[in-house]
Amino acid sequence: MIVKGRIWKFGDNIDTDIIIPAKYLAHTDPQALGQHCMEPLAPNFPKEVRAGDIIVSGTNFGCGSSREHAPLAITALGIPLVVAKTFARIFYRNAFNKGLALLEADIYDLVKDGDEIEVDISTGIIRCGESKVTAKPIPPFMVELINEGGLINYLKKKLEG
Amino acid sequence: MGMTITEKILAAHADRDRVEPGEIVDCRIDLAMANDITAPLSLEEFEKVGAKAVFDPNKVVFVLDHFTPNKDILSAENCKRIREFSRKHAIVNFFEGGECGIEHALLPEKGLVVAGDLVIGADSHTCTYGALGAFSTGMGSTDVTYGMVTGRIWLKVPESIMFHCYGKWQKWVTGKELILHILGMIGVDGALYSAMEYSGEAIAALSMDSRFSIANMAIEAGGKNGIFPVDDRTIAYMKEHATRPYKAYTSDDDAKYSQVYEIDASKVGFSVACPSLPSNVRDAGELGNIDIDQVVIGSCTNGRLEDLAMAAAILTGKKVSKGLRCIVIPATPAIYGEAMRRGYFQVFLDAGCIISPPTCGPCLGGHMGILAKSERAVATTNRNFIGRMGHPESEVYLAGPAVAAATAVKGKIARPEEVI
Ligand code: SF4
Repeated sequence: MIVKGRIWKFGDNIDTDIIIPAKYLAHTDPQALGQHCMEPLAPNFPKEVRAGDIIVSGTNFGCGSSREHAPLAITALGIPLVVAKTFARIFYRNAFNKGLALLEADIYDLVKDGDEIEVDISTGIIRCGESKVTAKPIPPFMVELINEGGLINYLKKKLEG
Repeated sequence: MGMTITEKILAAHADRDRVEPGEIVDCRIDLAMANDITAPLSLEEFEKVGAKAVFDPNKVVFVLDHFTPNKDILSAENCKRIREFSRKHAIVNFFEGGECGIEHALLPEKGLVVAGDLVIGADSHTCTYGALGAFSTGMGSTDVTYGMVTGRIWLKVPESIMFHCYGKWQKWVTGKELILHILGMIGVDGALYSAMEYSGEAIAALSMDSRFSIANMAIEAGGKNGIFPVDDRTIAYMKEHATRPYKAYTSDDDAKYSQVYEIDASKVGFSVACPSLPSNVRDAGELGNIDIDQVVIGSCTNGRLEDLAMAAAILTGKKVSKGLRCIVIPATPAIYGEAMRRGYFQVFLDAGCIISPPTCGPCLGGHMGILAKSERAVATTNRNFIGRMGHPESEVYLAGPAVAAATAVKGKIARPEEVI
């Protein structure tokens, strides 16, 4: 799958309290969550981001609480992909479970806000300007889960089967 | 090649003789937990998959601790939904109201977790139960739904990092100071995807309450779990609280660790994590000129009896500094009752503290003590991210109970000996 989008850069250790502050966690509606995505760092982000845009970050993206509201808030804004140097482990599981693709690659210093990049999620090849970077492959087990349509579809089939 | 405690517990729950770090294994779980924030999403997924029942109504736990007593209509609706689900599915361990405490203090206290268990929870600090020699880890609501329905979960076997601690602790220094010290050493991703295992004479000397604080903050280093060997203290704790049989695993002498850290306990001082990362650690002695507006003594990290006892010892006969709010939150009803019987409440009231019912409350900026713009708090909680306790321009300093209580008296960040 190929996605092409504008970049929003966020630095290292972007925690889930930034992605969606706890005071909004009584909401379960993704659209309501999306309106407060990244609010402590970039209050205008939900207004200015366009569907198809891509987040690029440094190390340990998604650290902190286990709230699944975080990937939900991101996907609600139409963001299909986050590219970061590394991800926190709970966020990693949650994102795939919620249909948000993640790629581990070090492109942070290669790009600036607003640049457009093209990413082949299945091969992990990222084209930014003149550079071509290959992301760390998604673990085969996760690929299998994605092919099954995510954990919940996998479970559904299992229960029906 | 030998195995670590973590590897042994995972192997046992995957019905295998051995597992290797990096492998993905399918494990049985002993308990699946969710709270008033994460359970609503779990229940949505439960409906989506069309599940009829949970795998075992004795092994699914709901704790309504974050926004309770309900802070607003939305949170009340969420709790109502979990309550109705629990009734329908005859969930035995559903905690709310006067029976409710902060999940990670409550579950061990209720004897719901014992050594050798494998526990998953839709809360990142589920790693707390590693203090009992159990494998426990946090995940999202969807993963926990999978566990609730099937009684199983997929896990990647983590590499283990050993923290070996020797020497003697200074007075007033607890497990909280140690874990902050470690975070200062290795950073907020220093144990990414790894098990953090503890050993040594200085660890054996720590109370269970201190061990819970340490295991609790494994996630702050990116860790998958924190884990302690089972010793006489662990066994005494389980005898007092649990009725289920336990299984004590020990790491083999030739078990493999990706890293080994040696820590001299006598060198662990009054660690304080400055804004806005738990790894931004300095000694309280270097921070003495920072004015503080609010002190919070509570949370799943430090709302236990040992913490309240230390705070009470420091606050006896003292007053909270004028203009500072000091909020004390016993983590569970049992801790609340014991603190009252021991006379700590009178000490807190005389000093001018606010005593809150058990709740997560201000720890996550939920309610019961939110910070205004540019206010600063010292909290015994576990996260000081931007805006964690209120306004994005407010600040949180993380500390142990003694520094928090001393700060409440002085009005500035203080070591205990400065006020006694
Ligand atoms: S006390 Fe704080 S860290 Fe602990 S479970 Fe509650 S919100 Fe989370």
